[in-house]
Amino acid sequence: MAKLTSLFVILLSFFCISEAVFEDQVGKFDWRQQYVGKTLFAHFESNTQSSKKMFVATDKNIFASFNSRTGDLLWRHVDKTGPEGTIDILLLHGQDGRLLRSWDTNIGGLNWEVVLDTGSFQAACFVAIQDTVKLVAVLKKAAISLHYLSNGHQKWVENLPDSDAVQYQAVYSGGEEEVYVLGVVPNSHLTIIAYMDFFSFKSCEYLPVLVSSQPHPARSPLSEFFLQLGPDHHVLLQLNADGYTIAPLRDFQPAFLVSFATTGKKTVAAVMTPKNETVSRHRACAINLFSVDSGRRLLDTTVLFPLEPNGGKPHMLYVHAFLKKDDSVGYRVLVQTQDHALTFIQQPGRVVWTREEALADVVTMEMVDLPLTGTQAELEGEFGKKADGLFPMVLKRLSSQVTLLQAWLAHLWKLFYEARKPRSQVKNEVTIETLSRDEFNLQKMMVMVTASGKLFGIDSKSGSILWKHYLENVQPNAAFKLIVQRTTAHFPHPPQCTLLIKDKDTGLATLHVFNPIFGRKSHIALPALPRPILQSLLLPVIDQDYAKVLLLVDDQYKVTAFPSTKNVLQQLQEMASSIFFYLIRSEHGNLSGFRLRKDLSTERIWEVVLPTEVQKIVAVKGKRPNEHVHSQGRVMGDRSVLYKYLNPNLLAVVTESTDAHPERAFVGVFLVDGVTGRIIHEAVQRKARGPVHFVHSENWVVYEYWNTKSRRNEFSVLELFEGTELYNSTVFSSLDRPHLPQVLQQTYIFPSPITTMEATLTEKGITSRHLLVGLPSGAILSLPKMFLDPRRPEVVTEHSREENLIPYAPEMPIRTEWFINYNQTVARVKGIYTAPSGLESTCLVVAYGLDIYQTRVYPSKQFDVLKDDYDYVLISSVLFALFFATMISKRLAQVKLLNRAWR
Amino acid sequence: MASVSRSFLLLSIIPTILILCADFACCNTGRKTGDGLDTDFSGFSVPLEHSFEVDDVSRFRMRGALQLRGGRETSVSLSQSQLSEEDRNNLKEVAAVDGLYKIRVPRVSLTDRQTERQMDGYLTAFVRACSLVESHLSDVITLHTDVSGYLIGVSIVTIPGACRGTEVEDEVDLEAFNTTLTIIPPTNAPQPETALFIERMDIEHEKRGKPQEQKSFFAKYWYLILGGAIFLMASSSAQPSAGGAEEQQS
Repeated sequence: MAKLTSLFVILLSFFCISEAVFEDQVGKFDWRQQYVGKTLFAHFESNTQSSKKMFVATDKNIFASFNSRTGDLLWRHVDKTGPEGTIDILLLHGQDGRLLRSWDTNIGGLNWEVVLDTGSFQAACFVAIQDTVKLVAVLKKAAISLHYLSNGHQKWVENLPDSDAVQYQAVYSGGEEEVYVLGVVPNSHLTIIAYMDFFSFKSCEYLPVLVSSQPHPARSPLSEFFLQLGPDHHVLLQLNADGYTIAPLRDFQPAFLVSFATTGKKTVAAVMTPKNETVSRHRACAINLFSVDSGRRLLDTTVLFPLEPNGGKPHMLYVHAFLKKDDSVGYRVLVQTQDHALTFIQQPGRVVWTREEALADVVTMEMVDLPLTGTQAELEGEFGKKADGLFPMVLKRLSSQVTLLQAWLAHLWKLFYEARKPRSQVKNEVTIETLSRDEFNLQKMMVMVTASGKLFGIDSKSGSILWKHYLENVQPNAAFKLIVQRTTAHFPHPPQCTLLIKDKDTGLATLHVFNPIFGRKSHIALPALPRPILQSLLLPVIDQDYAKVLLLVDDQYKVTAFPSTKNVLQQLQEMASSIFFYLIRSEHGNLSGFRLRKDLSTERIWEVVLPTEVQKIVAVKGKRPNEHVHSQGRVMGDRSVLYKYLNPNLLAVVTESTDAHPERAFVGVFLVDGVTGRIIHEAVQRKARGPVHFVHSENWVVYEYWNTKSRRNEFSVLELFEGTELYNSTVFSSLDRPHLPQVLQQTYIFPSPITTMEATLTEKGITSRHLLVGLPSGAILSLPKMFLDPRRPEVVTEHSREENLIPYAPEMPIRTEWFINYNQTVARVKGIYTAPSGLESTCLVVAYGLDIYQTRVYPSKQFDVLKDDYDYVLISSVLFALFFATMISKRLAQVKLLNRAWR
Repeated sequence: MASVSRSFLLLSIIPTILILCADFACCNTGRKTGDGLDTDFSGFSVPLEHSFEVDDVSRFRMRGALQLRGGRETSVSLSQSQLSEEDRNNLKEVAAVDGLYKIRVPRVSLTDRQTERQMDGYLTAFVRACSLVESHLSDVITLHTDVSGYLIGVSIVTIPGACRGTEVEDEVDLEAFNTTLTIIPPTNAPQPETALFIERMDIEHEKRGKPQEQKSFFAKYWYLILGGAIFLMASSSAQPSAGGAEEQQS
């Protein structure tokens, strides 16, 4: 027995050979990009020209520091998600709503943290005593408190007068231990209360205004402030010394954004104004500095901010002003646009860097094959066109071969040219023009849709953004679905992607049709969608331009086809009786199936109702349409075949009980045929609770849940088999499969919570499958499906050994070499996308969350690729040596034979 | 025929997103279903209705009554009448145009039938009319219940399930249903089997442990130790002379 187990250990070690990367492979196939999200607060470190650090706090509860020269992330703190971690304000030292924290700006370490009293946060500022910042004032709805900056201890706290009537909005330090609190009573007056260290206050009242003003911690606040009168109308006002009258200094119209900046003793106001609005091609904004004291424009301070044609409008302006050597004011600006892009600009309008922070919130993505190179496309085009006589065909052939020759010569020349240069200088810049498919289709275009409504095209090899397109008028809570209607395979027709954007409140949908390679919007007539859309389905029906047909079902169960040419409608009419779709209304627990009629109306044909009093539907998943299954069955130990139940229409429906009591809570897994509505299997996991993560593929469903009794995460796998005989081996039809499949299930303990799960996908489905599990730590685990096999035997037998089944162990191992992203953790991983490559062994993986990580995985190792260190020289020299040895020995043998014959 | 099923295969690749709609008017809520023959205390009956129309507009008629028996041992039986002459012809016509044969049962609870046993709506399923005709009305109806005993789904299949286009001449074959009726409660998914595994580990451990205890170290390797000792002795007795010789030479 001991021998047997040791044999098994050896066997196991053969199967689970580590897939970890070697040190020299780091960064070769993979890349990671780190993001922080939409900036809410930004500050620059100091007011010298040479300072490099800037700090931002974002809506994703992240506090980070950038290198202002390059835009690289120096350090980043990812706080809790949700309101617990919300950053209310960022001073030079960051602060959270309930927690007041101080950070070291060099390394990002936490200095101290104090818990504040409850109360809604209003504002905070620094208080300086004799030009050194020693205190922090925090203004709450009804109280103000002062804390020491060195250790966070509270100095004093005071209730504000009339806190019911007065909205206290701002707090400023007066320079000498004075704290001014600015309150507004709507439609009447403005209150300023000054707190001295010894709790006396005076108040003054003047005009009701909306104030946008900038204090300076070490000195008394500015007497000048901006008043915004309209979306692009600002007025610079000055409070006179007597404290009762206001004088307008300058009227800015049009002006998008205004901001104050202080350097040394000078304070300037930066104003962004639109420029060249008439020339729509190169819209730009101009930023000018104005002296705050007089309202005069400072000379030579104009910075041009180029507006991208498909970008958003400027949203926020942060100015980093500094004194130059000649005592004049120089500045750099950080502009945040509506599409969450951060641009850092230097005088006179040079963009130093841009960060696309919209990518911190990717909603959905697709990978699209790159197009062929021009010459390849030329050849393809030759075959694609209709024949027009013998002679023109010959001419075309010759011309295309000439172009091929030309391209080859150019390639040779380039090789020769580059060979002379040192290797470090050779740069393979990826641009849209040079994009072409590589030999094994490993490089693809990643089309990413972000929550802000900005679309990105990213080269999967380098991670560089090749195109971006900002969709305006996208609601913040809209749902997106990205559909590839035509791939790159149909030259000369360009590839076509369709983004379905659905407003969650109204249910109304809009379509955005674009070319996924170049990001350009295509000018196809879009169907009018006046009614809310319930369901969309991509049919395998192809129109004359090779675009797949998208069906949109509205709330009256009417179907709209896109594209809706005559050809398509005719095809749809012919196939109508075999087009089925399903709708799920989770709030009613209702699953229903529909069939298309010839007149594109629909009829309801089945209905399954899960009572909402007992359980609620949390998720439904079908199978991926581009998934291939290579083998129909599994060969068992006794040489018989166990056939898989490969129903492409199968839906996995996961429910959770409404009863949350740990003893009575359960998770339900229903396998429902999407065409007939037949419940294939219904399993109930008792004493279980969500969140449930699951993967549905081939003939299996893997789901993960929380066991409320044992308080641990568990994995369960369901596999469906038809048995040892196939009912109909040629085709699968949901309508003709009367026998229910055999269902096998096994459950394992998983020693970690998970955040997302996906299965690998390869070209032909020969390679064994792995599950990619995103862990909260940011690691991505590549778990072999072999460990999740319900046929793992409890008692090892001859047959199970023959089948290479791993003996059952209740706990699933986590091996560190299974982490595909070694130390490149993906913060808050939200989704994992897998795509097949041209190589059967290789699967492309993109994990997205706050960060984006792209890599390749080889679930069955690289069985179709020669290794990097493959010794070509040795093999060829051995081959040649053998060849010559046979030649020589043959010659020698001949001579010997001849000699013998003579003898 | 094959082409039809192939198209099913193609269409089966229906990637669909789940879009939830807020306002939904159920179209099946109109009629209150028969209160059944509530004579038996532990069992009750609900109507099983069917519909087959050439124009595919559902018009449900009574097919039979399902006798449901809840409680610990759920059981179900079906009493149904024969198809009338008109129905038979109608069914054949529907089969000829590849129409659907639909059945429905009202949503009921098998367990707490005192409190509002009947809810709104029906559970519907369908089968192709031609396969029903070709199988000579031999169908399998399955009722699915959830954990608390509510009926959640019904399914109907015919055996054999395919439509081969064979003509059913004999009218007798289409008179009576040959129905197999089952009721399937949800299966309990297994828990991780830690107890069995630990037990097995213990047994293995014992097996491995015992032989080591039986033989001591010396008992196992005495010949090696003895051989080693002899070798050492032999080499030590040979060494001095050799060393001496060397010393003398140098």
